[in-house]
Amino acid sequence: MRSIRAAAAGAVTLSLALAASACGGGSATGGGSDDSPKTLTYWASNQGASVEADKKVLKPELEKFEKETGIEVKLEVVPWSDLLNRILTAATSRQGPDVLNIGNTWSASLQATGALLPWDTKTFDEIGGKDRFVDAALASTGKQGEDPAAVPLYSMAYALYYNKQMFADAGIAKPPATWDELVAAGRKLAQDGKGALGAEGSNLSENVHHAYVFARQHGVDFFTDDGRPDFTDGHAVAAVKQYVDLMAKDKVIAPGNAEYAQNQSVSDFAKGRNAMLLWQSAAANLTSQGMDPGAYGIAPVPVQSGAPGPGTQVNSLVTGINIAVFKNTDNLSGAKKFVKFMTGAEEQKILNKAYSSIPPVEAAQSDPAFATPDNKVLKETLARSAVAVPQVPAESQFETAIGTAVKELFADAAAGRPVTTQSVRAALEKAQTQMPAA
Amino acid sequence: MAATVARATGGRAPHDGPPAGPAAGAARRPGRVRRVGLPYLLLLPALLLELLVHLVPMVIGTVMSFKELTQFFIRDWGAAPWSGLDNYTVAVDFDGPVGADLLHSFLITVAFTVLSVGLCWALGTAAAICMQDTFRGRGLLRALFLVPYALPVYAAVITWVFMFQHDNGLVNHVLHDQLGLTDKPSFWLIGDNAFVALLTVSVWKGWPFAFLIVMAGLQNIPRELYEAAALDGAGVWQQIRRITLPSLRPVNQVLVLVLFLWTFNDFNTPYVLFGKSAPASADLISVHIYQESFATWNFGRGSAMSVLLLLFLLVVTGVHLAVTSRGRRVRTRA
Repeated sequence: MRSIRAAAAGAVTLSLALAASACGGGSATGGGSDDSPKTLTYWASNQGASVEADKKVLKPELEKFEKETGIEVKLEVVPWSDLLNRILTAATSRQGPDVLNIGNTWSASLQATGALLPWDTKTFDEIGGKDRFVDAALASTGKQGEDPAAVPLYSMAYALYYNKQMFADAGIAKPPATWDELVAAGRKLAQDGKGALGAEGSNLSENVHHAYVFARQHGVDFFTDDGRPDFTDGHAVAAVKQYVDLMAKDKVIAPGNAEYAQNQSVSDFAKGRNAMLLWQSAAANLTSQGMDPGAYGIAPVPVQSGAPGPGTQVNSLVTGINIAVFKNTDNLSGAKKFVKFMTGAEEQKILNKAYSSIPPVEAAQSDPAFATPDNKVLKETLARSAVAVPQVPAESQFETAIGTAVKELFADAAAGRPVTTQSVRAALEKAQTQMPAA
Repeated sequence: MAATVARATGGRAPHDGPPAGPAAGAARRPGRVRRVGLPYLLLLPALLLELLVHLVPMVIGTVMSFKELTQFFIRDWGAAPWSGLDNYTVAVDFDGPVGADLLHSFLITVAFTVLSVGLCWALGTAAAICMQDTFRGRGLLRALFLVPYALPVYAAVITWVFMFQHDNGLVNHVLHDQLGLTDKPSFWLIGDNAFVALLTVSVWKGWPFAFLIVMAGLQNIPRELYEAAALDGAGVWQQIRRITLPSLRPVNQVLVLVLFLWTFNDFNTPYVLFGKSAPASADLISVHIYQESFATWNFGRGSAMSVLLLLFLLVVTGVHLAVTSRGRRVRTRA
């Protein structure tokens, strides 16, 4: 009897505990407060070779911040594969970090959720003013005409990385400046049985970045002027086809690249299996893979003809990272102080050097570290011929839809199936149906 | 509830005698409450956990399926406008692109499930029957067969990803380089072969469970039946057909249902094999719904699809239980 009574009492206690825990657990549901001024939680995106490497870079800086302000920053480096889902979950549950990094192309999409603190003029003034930042980077912080959802932190651009020795062996004197030259160089390289150009055919982000720049070179941008998706325009179809044809028709991308999604193309390039790579700010990545910086050259991404510039001469996205404040933070003033610290000229130099990116803060760009040949190409691209992705709420969905379409077209090309204007149009048509009705 | 509990546990000893007037009735009531209430009381934690972990999220998911829950409302999804049956209409409009994709994914999943469950069951049963008799090394083989089931899913499937790689994978190395069975190395993780890759991993991962359960079921078949059959001149096949399989029927009924539900709902295997966007040939419904929710940020429509999936699985389970329990009743009467 006693044991039954004990079991019953245990059951009741457990039930009450469960009920209490189900009811509890919520906090910070308002629009930001200063309830816990001594701590901050920071989700950093994975910029370096690994999560651990990033912690090593960031920890000393966060300690510096703690010494200056007395605010302890709890750091979590979130891998790219999880970051967007983690942010969405945080937005839904309102349980998130105080400060977080976002891919700058997501700015408008995340802005639409209302989860991020808007940076109006007054808020910008608290971190030293908007005019500290370069315009190209500011263009990728949210929908035009609305207060930015985030502040630029690291800027990156695409460039053509080429293996000097392999080029010399194939008798190619200078890096290709147009796509025709790239195809010709690729064929020369392929004649020796070597890989020519690397690509990440199953990586949706890489696919959409390239497809978008090709589209801009063909004079379109996948959206109508009022922000509705327009994927099946003849120019858009031609642009995507031109990219996939590098594998399907021109044979300068090896079929195996169609299933790459884990940066295998970077590793191929570092190991001399491919002679060319189109990548964003790859120096740190290549060094970590053991490639000697003297072994590769860097040139602007090719254009259709002529030289890189604005309009149809663009040759890169403005890629990079923005830093944002979660609207539900319980340390609003601390979060702003932290953003000011991270975007300060000194920190910008240290962090962008570590990640081989370009500081979006003008005062930091003058540092000699950003005047290397690598960085000169990237800086010029950012200043002259890089373009932001459309700042529309459905941008994130656009990345997935187009990225998947290109992935499937690469799969066709790899399997030896023909990639035709019709098949490209069909893939893009399907992608468009996956977009939310505007 | 707490008050009832206090009364139920704090009462007197049970009173089993016949009622002897109002005073006796009053004395009996707490005893009955205790007898009747105790099982419920002991079930209470499980019930609350079930509510918390399964039922409440399911109800919330169902409510979400009637809302236009897009990125504009995820921060305050209570404010999302009600959309009536719109999400369902879009999902089952098989002429529209969303419905057509869902139907395609459903059919792929059905084909995949039937093949995977069938192969898992056949392999598991065959292996269990082969190992019914004792022989040297049986224990070792049993342990070896159970390894895929014991491995963590992620680690095992990631290993398969490496093996299926086009350029450096073991599968192409064996099939193409060594055996020369294909003209050129095949792609397993993209394109049409992805279905075969998915099925291979699923069967590799699932058959040891069938093996384990059938092996346990075989322990309950009396040896005398086989001996009697052998005396009557029945061969091995006849013994399997007339004794083993009929005796395993109750075990198989549960086994096939459980394998079906696990396989139909499997998310981990396709997600780890193919990532966020599975090739069309291997677009299983769980990943399809995930994609519909997280890639398009349309959680209302994703929820509607989940509810449809739940209803389908409920119907299948219900029919399965009805058919198998009728079979049992008929046999009991006979």
